[in-house]
Amino acid sequence: MDDITRGLAQALELILSGDAALFEIVLLSLQVTGAALALAMLAGIPLGAALGLGRMRAQGLVTIFLYTGMGLPPVVVGLFVYLMLSRSGPFGSLAWLFTPSAMIVAQVIIAFPVVAGLTMTAVQAVDPQLRLQARALGATRIQEMWTVLQEARIGVVAATVAAFGAIISEVGAVMLVGGNIEGKTRVLTTAIVLNTRTGDFALALALGMILLTLTFLINGAMLQLQRVRDG
Amino acid sequence: MGESIFQLRAIVKQYDARTVLHLDALDILQGEILALVGPSGAGKSTLLRLLNFLEAPTSGQLVYRGVNTARENIPLALRREITTVFQRPVLLNANVRANVAFGLQLRGASANGVVGKLLTRVGLQNFAHASARKLSGGEMQRVALARALAIEPRVLLLDEPTANLDPYNISLIEEIVRAQNRERATTVVLVTHNIFQAKRLAHRVGLLLNGQLVELRDTAQFFQSPQDPRTAAFVRGEMVY
Repeated sequence: MDDITRGLAQALELILSGDAALFEIVLLSLQVTGAALALAMLAGIPLGAALGLGRMRAQGLVTIFLYTGMGLPPVVVGLFVYLMLSRSGPFGSLAWLFTPSAMIVAQVIIAFPVVAGLTMTAVQAVDPQLRLQARALGATRIQEMWTVLQEARIGVVAATVAAFGAIISEVGAVMLVGGNIEGKTRVLTTAIVLNTRTGDFALALALGMILLTLTFLINGAMLQLQRVRDG
Repeated sequence: MGESIFQLRAIVKQYDARTVLHLDALDILQGEILALVGPSGAGKSTLLRLLNFLEAPTSGQLVYRGVNTARENIPLALRREITTVFQRPVLLNANVRANVAFGLQLRGASANGVVGKLLTRVGLQNFAHASARKLSGGEMQRVALARALAIEPRVLLLDEPTANLDPYNISLIEEIVRAQNRERATTVVLVTHNIFQAKRLAHRVGLLLNGQLVELRDTAQFFQSPQDPRTAAFVRGEMVY
């Protein structure tokens, strides 16, 4: 109980004191997760929409791959990315291992199937008659698809929120491919692990509380997107 | 009523190997209200989908305002002259105003002023900011009608627009359709099970049976002196379906 109280107090103190190291960690966490989420959305939403509208060949096979991807253990993803980016790996020449780039790659692999799979489900749940109605009102094919996607926005935002939650809180993959290097690849989750291991529970708790608060605020902002439609 | 706006010749529509529509000839006249009656599965809704270019005929010639749509790609501007109000109104998960403005939005046109006037016309002036999904069936259908009228269609296709509605909503929708035809010369093709509605609204009535046009005549003649015995049976309410 003492640790929790001290953790709360330390969290407040760290935030209010404007601790530079803490803000660096928070900033890097947001940068890595933000970039990974943006890339996963960029590829995952169109793929999910195409699958949901039944416009893809090998639909069943792609769906199985996506569902499998949704259950990928992050540590396995980390291991895979590590091997790909290690000096002897096929992408070793990029020299991305132990850099934020490697962490972004790993997080994209984790987030992409979540975004694509849940977007597909959301689009499939839209009344199929809506496409016909949109076309009857003069929509082009692109407008028709955009209309369906907008109707599925609650599900698409939920997909984004789920993917965000999966990667902001993820530790196994970023630890493996980032290395938790202070000032370079240390993010909130890896810092929590480190401080727990070294027995600094109060700081670990403080970081955990900051992570939770950040997640809460970002999810709140994303949920506002579900309501944007009325003209 | 003017010249033919639609000319259909030897139109066949098949799904897999099943023929659902087979029309030798049908002309729809500019500015008329044409009612198509017939039992379920007669091909009425399929015909509307062909007229709105939502589906292509399997074979035959469908000419709209001089454009043979079977041979040429239909220009978007021409396609946008036609719209359908379906039996079940499909509304966006948005407020009433956004729904009525939807067709205009697709055209990049301004909805200023238009939406308010139309909502008054359909008796929903106080519902602009209400969620469309929370309206009653009759109100939803009136929103769908206002949405269709907002784009000022040259051809308005109505697929059982008043099925399952109460007499108040039926009468309101019929009056709006009548006024739209009278004041804007909008061509209306109405599919209905309700022969009384066809009698009240239409200039001409056609009977479709098993995908074929049995008889098409002026409304008075259709009801008073039908030529085909099947039409006579249908009008007398003796056709069991």
